[in-house]
Amino acid sequence: MEMIQIVGLGLMTTVLILVIREQKPMFAFLLAAFAGLFIFLYVAGKIEAVINVLEDLANRSGIPSIYLKTILKIIGIAYIAEFGAQIVRDAGLESIASKIEFAGKVFILVMAIPIISVIVETVLGLLPAGSG
Amino acid sequence: MNIDVSAIFQIAGIGIIIAMIHSVLKQMGKEDMAHWVTVIGFVVVLFMVVRLLNELFQEIKTIFLFQ
Repeated sequence: MEMIQIVGLGLMTTVLILVIREQKPMFAFLLAAFAGLFIFLYVAGKIEAVINVLEDLANRSGIPSIYLKTILKIIGIAYIAEFGAQIVRDAGLESIASKIEFAGKVFILVMAIPIISVIVETVLGLLPAGSG
Repeated sequence: MNIDVSAIFQIAGIGIIIAMIHSVLKQMGKEDMAHWVTVIGFVVVLFMVVRLLNELFQEIKTIFLFQ
């Protein structure tokens, strides 16, 4: 069972961090970052299969691949931003963490602008021309 | 995955040993040596963490960003 392994890893790392934090808080921070990276990397390998299925579905249903690419990029940006913000927040720097999240939101918005403009054009095309 | 779970134990062990050496050197009255030991241990652990961080970013790039 992989889930049990992950939970055991988390519990073990927590105990180690609590032991080290007394003497060296900096090492405790690095250990927390390392454990987070390890779990994230482990899960990122698993998610690749899901992405492949999504890509296959999109190809089969004829959706332009630019949309799926944009959505996947947005998901990637969200994961990275969340991860970085949580590590920084663990170190107690709430302000920098919220700036990282803010930057993530802005980048996601920039990525989403082509899709939004396509939606607006579609809606405008549905409206009867020159009405009102 | 080429990085093992034992790396976590390694980091924890390095931290505990560095803390021990630090306190011993402090008792001996060599404050500056103690600080150097702490800095060197920190750099070693930081190197491990940054290597794993690089790996994670490459993985996310290949999975999500199609590069």
